[in-house]
Amino acid sequence: MSNREWPLWEVFIRSKQGLNHKHVGSLRAPDATLALENARDVYTRRSEGISIWVVESNYVHASDPSDADSMFEPSDTKVYRHPTFYEVPEGIKHM
Amino acid sequence: MKTMDLQELEKRFQEKIDKEIKIEPNDWMPDEYRKTLIRQISQHAHSEIVGMLPEGNWITRAPNLRRKAVLLAKVQDEAGHGLYLYSSVETLGADREATIDDLHSGKAKYSSIFNYPAVTWADIGTIGWLVDGAAIMNQVALCRCSYGPYARGMVKICKEESFHQRQGFESLVTLCNGTPTQKAMAQDAMNRFWWPALMMFGPSDDESPNSAQSMKWKIKRFSNDELRQSFVDATVPQAEILGLTIPDPNLKWNEETGHYDFSPINWDEFWQVVNGNGPCNKERIEARTKAKEEGMWVREAAMAYAEKRALKKTA
Ligand SMILES: [Fe+2]
Ligand SMILES: [Fe+2]
Ligand SMILES: [Fe+2]
Repeated sequence: MSNREWPLWEVFIRSKQGLNHKHVGSLRAPDATLALENARDVYTRRSEGISIWVVESNYVHASDPSDADSMFEPSDTKVYRHPTFYEVPEGIKHM
Repeated sequence: MKTMDLQELEKRFQEKIDKEIKIEPNDWMPDEYRKTLIRQISQHAHSEIVGMLPEGNWITRAPNLRRKAVLLAKVQDEAGHGLYLYSSVETLGADREATIDDLHSGKAKYSSIFNYPAVTWADIGTIGWLVDGAAIMNQVALCRCSYGPYARGMVKICKEESFHQRQGFESLVTLCNGTPTQKAMAQDAMNRFWWPALMMFGPSDDESPNSAQSMKWKIKRFSNDELRQSFVDATVPQAEILGLTIPDPNLKWNEETGHYDFSPINWDEFWQVVNGNGPCNKERIEARTKAKEEGMWVREAAMAYAEKRALKKTA
């Protein structure tokens, strides 16, 4: 019996026109064609999507969760990136 | 990773759990948490897959086209559930095929309910109603599991499960409003499936030693006995609507507790079945092993074809 497994694929689905593709899970398939077909059967049995992307999991590079603090801290401290940071005189409209 | 001692890591892990922050695949987690999840999720996956066998057996014998289409869709869903769960077990670093081989060697368990045969058409309705009903009770609680991929899988599964229980109940309504023979067939199915369905929630709280840790890690939110009680409370009125008798002389409403009382469960039978001596254990494992062994050439051929095409592309 062969011990070689089919590669792992990550599945992304666009639920309807105008929305972005969203990660829904993964599956195993020998190639992209079958990965797409299997994704259709496994993840869209109830009109969950109108478009599927599959990406071999090997090609996904992820940030390290243990670095999350230092990685995302700069954005947490820059409150002036948000409109609520600014005061505007009363009576100003459309801003 | 910064060097941090194990105790500190474990402390931070528990703090995340306590704050209801989900654990994701690459996050640090205690070995035991990982092991518990691998065991639980793979056994859940096996249950979905083995669970297709008793029902699959009736697809070609469904009484009409509507019931056949429904059963086919249900069984296909169960295959999907198995696949979501195997994927989620892989996110923990487990080898999918190794977990499947553990099932075939008898090392890994699956829900003991699937070791009972489905001998009449009424069994199919009863399985949908009671077995999927009990599974839903369990799975709804698991939607809030602390491990992200498992919780997300459960949400999707629960959405799909709701028709499983309804189609079973609907089929029983038809039988119970049918001829006396049909009604008797439904009662007979109820008599055989009631106790095994209650056993699906697992051993009593005082007999499940890992339960407390699983609750602390929020893998589990409710104890086996709590879920079993909720199931009984929800199901008794449904049986009354069907006009079926629950095979338990001690079943009665308890004003004081606000729950139904019921007889003690025959745990000897449960352990017999879990340990391989149920009516269909051997048959189920043989069917799964055969499917893997005899289907292996298809997997190999598909891989060989994919590699050949990839080579052509680069050439
Ligand atoms: Fe299922
Ligand atoms: Fe299930
Ligand atoms: Fe189901």
